[in-house]
Amino acid sequence: MSTGEAVTFWIMVWPALAGALGMVLSRNAIHSALWLVLTMLCVGVFYVLQSAPFIGLAQIIVYTGAIMMLFLFVLMLVGRDASDSLIETLRGQRLAAVVLGIGFAALVGTGVYRALDDRTANGLEQANANGNVQGIASLLFTKYVFAFEVTSALLITAAVGAMVLAHIERRRGEKRTQPEMMRARFAPGNYPGPKPGPGVYATSDSVATPGRLPDGTLTDRSISQILPTRELTPAESAPKGTEK
Amino acid sequence: MFLAQDPTLQDFGHDTWWLVLIKVVAVFAFGMVCTLLGVWFERRVVARMAVRPGLNQAGPFGLLQTLADGLKGAFKEDIMPRTADKVVFFFAPTVAVICAMTSMSVIPFGPMVSIFGHRTPLQVTDVPVAVLLILACSGMAVYGIVLGGWASGSTYPLLGGLRSSAQMISYEVSMGLSVVAVFMLSGTMSTSQIVEAQASGKEYELFGATISAPGWYAILLAPSFIIFFIAIVGETNRAPFDLPEAESELVAGYMTEYSSLKFLLFMLSEYVAMVAMSAATATLFLGGWRAPAPITTIWAGANSGWWPLLWFFIKVVLLVFVFVWLRATLPRLRYDQFMRLGWRVLLPINLVWILSLAALQVYRDPETGDGKYVILGGFLVGIVLLALLWPSGKRAPGKPLEEQIKSRPPGSFPIPPMDLQVPPSPRARRAVAEREPANVGAGSGGDRADKES
Repeated sequence: MSTGEAVTFWIMVWPALAGALGMVLSRNAIHSALWLVLTMLCVGVFYVLQSAPFIGLAQIIVYTGAIMMLFLFVLMLVGRDASDSLIETLRGQRLAAVVLGIGFAALVGTGVYRALDDRTANGLEQANANGNVQGIASLLFTKYVFAFEVTSALLITAAVGAMVLAHIERRRGEKRTQPEMMRARFAPGNYPGPKPGPGVYATSDSVATPGRLPDGTLTDRSISQILPTRELTPAESAPKGTEK
Repeated sequence: MFLAQDPTLQDFGHDTWWLVLIKVVAVFAFGMVCTLLGVWFERRVVARMAVRPGLNQAGPFGLLQTLADGLKGAFKEDIMPRTADKVVFFFAPTVAVICAMTSMSVIPFGPMVSIFGHRTPLQVTDVPVAVLLILACSGMAVYGIVLGGWASGSTYPLLGGLRSSAQMISYEVSMGLSVVAVFMLSGTMSTSQIVEAQASGKEYELFGATISAPGWYAILLAPSFIIFFIAIVGETNRAPFDLPEAESELVAGYMTEYSSLKFLLFMLSEYVAMVAMSAATATLFLGGWRAPAPITTIWAGANSGWWPLLWFFIKVVLLVFVFVWLRATLPRLRYDQFMRLGWRVLLPINLVWILSLAALQVYRDPETGDGKYVILGGFLVGIVLLALLWPSGKRAPGKPLEEQIKSRPPGSFPIPPMDLQVPPSPRARRAVAEREPANVGAGSGGDRADKES
């Protein structure tokens, strides 16, 4: 490790670990997801550190930018108070899980550490000779093109399968579409607008004066039902000569 | 006068620490000043378009109004809603600002210049995947908005946040695909190299004279440019795509519960994102810091030294003007229309365009042998299919208006008669009454005055 790499590594390693622990320990599902976002960002930086800038940024765009965003989207739709239940269904399950988890992490960690302790990176210059992106592209589209396409077919199958499973078949007419609702709104017998207020085109501002529809007819719906419909006579509605 | 002034990737990463500090602080200050001037610019231009004077009180031309508003906002009470998630509520605006500012770090502001005796590019840094960094920053900026909406603990902000996340994911796809076309032509993802690739177009011999085609990708890749610009308007939540803060539906969307400095941070992030995205557009499609042809033919030194900073700034201001113009002109889209535009219009057009561009690139490659005929055939078949399957836009001529009204079933919504005469305005009556004050008898005098006039 060069100095810069070591410094960045030792700075970024703590947020990465804190994110991993926080993701397991926090009760709130959204806080868990946010801690995971922190870890994924740090992992992206680690990729960039190890001369793989394309994978590092793809990690940030795809995993943190898109996939975790979808996670958050779903969690928010579920509701903000969706916390984990703390009741143990199996007795001693939590203790066993903690012990086994720590043991497994220790095993993997020591194994990797002993295997890679004093190794130096081999062939990094050759791999990145024509540029990192070009190197990945030439591998993906020549040697591994079949594996690449098979993976994408697998992902598409998964997406189509999820859609088939989650799709609810609705009978025609069960749920009205937006254009249908608009047509129904303007169909005969339905009043499309807000109800006219009292006194619209009326000769008086009394609440008992019914509003007028655009064709001039009076509408009873504009006044309260306990009030009798009342229209002023021309004599009553004319100016009383009080101005000036 | 230096001729070899285009920075290469090897020129980055050798600056001394104080030079890096100067560049970072300068870019940060650029973002802040652009926000101050941007708000002023937007309000002045919108006012001009609405035939109003606009800002003209604080300072010359109202230039200090934004500063005054900012100071006033900073001294307001900072309200923390009771149902808010306190930590996330606090961090959400900072996330938005950090992401907007970070994407400015890979924008090339100019060529190699000399700062205190050091030859250095006018750009904070450049990496082989710099454009992906811009995409990543705009993708991460959603977190600020979504988390702000969620952490507020009330309904309208949550709706705004959800809209924003769906919107940004949809439009980031179109944005990424338009950038792919730029990568295909320039062969690189580093911003400084993309600017260099747009320096000069192909040279053609036409009637003995050498004519160089335009190098700007805005011309060569016009569909990508248009789609990219539409996508960044959606990505920065600007009108007509400002659905997350649609004030007629959601109060202020994700910002509803925010006040004081946190609200200002959201405003700052919006304007910095607008400037950063305009700068990215200028870099990717409008030749970056290079002056266009008429200037360079007259003045050979236009692209050296510190002058490019000016050209770049002019391009950014023009793009910001388009943002403001859109806001002043277009009404806000409905949510389903907006989603349909993203997924059913921009995305298919982009895919077809990239496919044909790739075919064209392969076709022009001298190594392609018989493959040329396959590509040509594919193009022809595509055009024939398009012509055959094009939906015919002819509609039967509609009935005249009178018949349409007559054919309405009974009970339809009442409409005024076709020969409606507008009744005399009550105001006219009053004018007459003012001219003839007197003891006008109830019910008769006013009416008669109306008939006479």
